[in-house]
Amino acid sequence: MSAARIELTEQPGGRLARLSGRWTLATTSQCAAELVARLDEAARAESTWDCSALEAIDSAGAMLLWRAWGRTFPELLLIRPEHRRVFERIDLADHEPRAVQVPLSPLQGVMVIGAASIGVVRHLVDFVAMIGQFAIDLLHLIRVPADMPWREISANLYKSGVRAMPVTALVGFLIGVVLSYLSALQLKQFGADIFIVNIIGLGIVRELGPVLVAILVAGRSGSAMTAQLGVMRVTEEIDALSTMGVQRGLRLIFPKVAALTLALPLLVLWSTAIALAGGMVSAQVQLDISYGFFFQTLPRVVPVANLWIGLAKGAVFGMFIALVACHFGLRVRPNTESLSSNTTASVVTAITVVIILDAIFAIATRSIGLPG
Amino acid sequence: MTAAVIRIEDLATRFGETWIHNGLNLEIAAGELVSLVGGSGSGKTTLLRQVIGLLLPTRGRIELFGQPLFGGGIARERALRQRFGVLFQHGALFSAFNVFDNIAFPLRELKRYDEDAIHDLVMLKLSMVELLPRHGRLMPAELSGGMVKRVALARALALEPELLLLDEPTAGLDPDRSDSFVRLIRMLSEELGLTVMLVTHDLDTLAALSTRVAVLAEQRILAYGAVDEIMQIDHPFIRNFFLSERSVRALQNVAHAPL
Repeated sequence: MSAARIELTEQPGGRLARLSGRWTLATTSQCAAELVARLDEAARAESTWDCSALEAIDSAGAMLLWRAWGRTFPELLLIRPEHRRVFERIDLADHEPRAVQVPLSPLQGVMVIGAASIGVVRHLVDFVAMIGQFAIDLLHLIRVPADMPWREISANLYKSGVRAMPVTALVGFLIGVVLSYLSALQLKQFGADIFIVNIIGLGIVRELGPVLVAILVAGRSGSAMTAQLGVMRVTEEIDALSTMGVQRGLRLIFPKVAALTLALPLLVLWSTAIALAGGMVSAQVQLDISYGFFFQTLPRVVPVANLWIGLAKGAVFGMFIALVACHFGLRVRPNTESLSSNTTASVVTAITVVIILDAIFAIATRSIGLPG
Repeated sequence: MTAAVIRIEDLATRFGETWIHNGLNLEIAAGELVSLVGGSGSGKTTLLRQVIGLLLPTRGRIELFGQPLFGGGIARERALRQRFGVLFQHGALFSAFNVFDNIAFPLRELKRYDEDAIHDLVMLKLSMVELLPRHGRLMPAELSGGMVKRVALARALALEPELLLLDEPTAGLDPDRSDSFVRLIRMLSEELGLTVMLVTHDLDTLAALSTRVAVLAEQRILAYGAVDEIMQIDHPFIRNFFLSERSVRALQNVAHAPL
């Protein structure tokens, strides 16, 4: 393959620029800077251009020449007609009207803030509508129990409940061990070893258990639910369902919300138990507190109300995680960017909502279940 | 006179600042096979989605079988939706179910049949769309484009609808498959006495299937009538669509080909 070549020769009546070889993207891209310099030199001297020996030229090669020529045909140009057409096309494109750039409004900043606020309000309105639809579906199911989507509920219970057991157990156990170990280091200094049971019991049953499980489930099941609904929207499966007279609220959203509302308290119970076991092991190793003592003391220092609070938190967290996931899943537009951004937004929002709800719970239950 | 299966009155749709439809009227009588044609962006698919209740028009009334689509409780809405079947452009098969379960889904929803009866009905639908019983075990992802459309058609016909709505039934099929699919739709609609409304770009499909054509342009139904009547109308869109060299060839071919 012959490279792009340019020869400059002096001759009576001016300079002659002779182009030869292949002027294509492949041949010109390696030595573009060099070629441009030589072309500019030739153009400055107002040479005669002889392109008749060109083997091939494509639009990338032609653009180099065109720019050296100052975006117009030189006065003295020798070129084959088929190569000339390449330049004529560029000339034509030059004369197309430019896309008009809408000038940035001076109120751009305000408009961005305004659009964002409207977006947030719209999210809130849609979310409230979804809670309302859930309530309507629940009423409908109480009146017509035959419509209860048992299969979907049980499938969701399995997927987001049973399948989450190993990971919640592992995380729960490790947190129990770490919490117990760190507390033990401090308590030893004060000789208050036996208070380890209070710290671990209260902290895990009331606070850490529900929140940890909720965050894990939000990342695991929340994202899965959003992605599933999103893909079903993209493939028009949700449309197909509603043309068959199947209520998407009843068939897609209700089972997810119901299943997670049921599954999360059970997971909280499971992972709290394992976290306590982890704490117990660590306390035995560090502070020599026997298992028997731990079992005896726990019910005395942690009133059972704390367990109920933990389970109630679990149920509420589960319901909101599923509602948030469904809300974002139904907003997915048919493109990949929308799917990924909605899945991310779903998880982030669900975790934020869990933390906010936890704060509300902490205030609402501040006089319940705390000794002293 | 038979009552209209689809009646659209004074429909208007606005997306942002643009009016897609404005003052659109259309009545489709029972037994008609109506093609809806129009330029890209003229709102054909939007109109179809409004007819099946997936989109709400900005203004106007849509009635199917003389009843509005919405209101009157879940049971009434569901009963009305069981009287029509929809074939989506890309099939919209449930990707988590295999072919058998896809077709069985609407039947199971009814909760009136036991599994044996459902099995028989699904096999019947499969043979109606010229698929074999062994195809029932395939997943949608394993099907070719033509088979997806056939399965989707079988699902649309599962509840013995009176009205069939097709969105671009032959888009994405090669000419041979598209011909046989059109033949299938035509045969089934005659056999089952269906009313059909389809959105299409494809003149072969239009000429082979429709008894009437509705031209959607200038935000309304510009013309509604048999293909020959429509071709007499002097309007830039109709001229371009029906009287281009390619179109004339397509229409002639169909006139000669026996079905």
